[in-house]
Amino acid sequence: MDYQTIRKKIIDIIAEIAIDEDLSNLDDNIRLREQLDMDSMDFLDVVMELKKRYKIEVPTEDYMKLATLKSCIEYLGPKFAFSA
Amino acid sequence: MDNKIRVVITGVGLTAPNANNLKDFREALLTQKSGITEMEVRYVGKVAAGNCNFDEYLYQKKKMRRRGTRAGSISIYCAHEALKDSGLSLEALVKNRTGIYLGITEHGNVETENEIYELHKNNLDASLWSHHHNPRTVANTPAGEVSLNMGITGPAYTIGAACAAGNIGIIHGMQMLQLGEADLAIAGGVSESTGTFGIFAGFKSQGALGSHEDPTLASRPLDINRNGIVVSEGGAVFILERLEDALKRGAKIYGEIAGYHVNSDAVDFVLPDTQRQVECMNAAMTKAKITANDIDIVNLHATGTVSGDENECEAVRAVFGQSENTYINCTKGFIGHAMGAAGALELAGNLPSFIDNKIHSCKHIESVDPKCEVRNLVNGNPEEKDVSFILSNSFGMLGINSVLIVKKIKQ
Repeated sequence: MDYQTIRKKIIDIIAEIAIDEDLSNLDDNIRLREQLDMDSMDFLDVVMELKKRYKIEVPTEDYMKLATLKSCIEYLGPKFAFSA
Repeated sequence: MDNKIRVVITGVGLTAPNANNLKDFREALLTQKSGITEMEVRYVGKVAAGNCNFDEYLYQKKKMRRRGTRAGSISIYCAHEALKDSGLSLEALVKNRTGIYLGITEHGNVETENEIYELHKNNLDASLWSHHHNPRTVANTPAGEVSLNMGITGPAYTIGAACAAGNIGIIHGMQMLQLGEADLAIAGGVSESTGTFGIFAGFKSQGALGSHEDPTLASRPLDINRNGIVVSEGGAVFILERLEDALKRGAKIYGEIAGYHVNSDAVDFVLPDTQRQVECMNAAMTKAKITANDIDIVNLHATGTVSGDENECEAVRAVFGQSENTYINCTKGFIGHAMGAAGALELAGNLPSFIDNKIHSCKHIESVDPKCEVRNLVNGNPEEKDVSFILSNSFGMLGINSVLIVKKIKQ
């Protein structure tokens, strides 16, 4: 699965959680929390949606890997490939 | 009351099935406008119910609405509307001296039912159970959501008191002002009950769910053909201040909380007790230092159940049977039973009587049950009358009774 496809899947999840935010100009290298009004409960929502939609498990020790879009894509890429 | 600290109502915010502010609510009650419609309830089917249509996003971000609860959203809307109505600004509030006290019948059933519904869809995989479940279902959630939304750092909690809760939220707010625990109280009652199938199914199993082919006629308190409760959601929140503070800032004053009482039947889970209701009304009047004939309006609890209405009317006859000055009305025919919000909403609907000198009618009762006949029942058209004292009854399951008396303040 290519970078942009995974990126879109993650953005789709974030769009449902950070409903009030404009996601059109996100910088993939900057921490999501610095660009969006997202807290720990929101990140748990992201983890839950990954599990519900794609059966992807993110263990607690890997939560930090969801910090930026780039790190999300790098971390989740192999998992998406597996889930697909 | 013996306590010399007098507490007044200086702001009203509400949402009811037939209106989203006090002006429209009053108009709806004076013109016989029902807010009851038909809705589909999971597992139960089509029922008559009262749902509100206020703008959830007027004072709340979509994200926070998604994270929170319907009861929280109702509370936030009502609290902002009440504060705006009081002429106070949120920015100028002393946040740690402001208390939030909201009566609730129940809280958490909506979220729990939804989670269990999802659990079954997810093949009982409990690892998909929402991490939002606990913060959404703790009993203080509706008040806590207001605190988070408005940045109020004083006490914020709910008071569970079945369908007497709306009155008791107001009473508690008044007491906290008298005790000096807060300088301003945001107090009232809220309910999200139409979001839970359990309340509908429970009343249906109990033979107490109101129904009619025309949903606007499903809630018929005191009517010979009444057949039960119509469940509604809603909220009414008041800004309460000490009279001295309100006068100092030149606030508009809706009325003074002149008397109250709360007691318990201690006899049955659901059936009411006439004698305890009589005692509750009498004790509230004693605290207000008035007698029955001073009361201009008695707003009944009257839910539309056969025994509940009979018992309450018997109690009202015992207390007000000789009172020529006292007129009786009820509100649930228009809005159904808004549970934890009922007492607060019904008081709000009567408060304008101090200004417009009208007593709103019951929703037209075609044929009053002889067992529910009371002197001076207002049925059909509003009654024109100078009003100085309103007494509002709110009773609930497990035998809790609450009575609130509000007095006109001449400004």
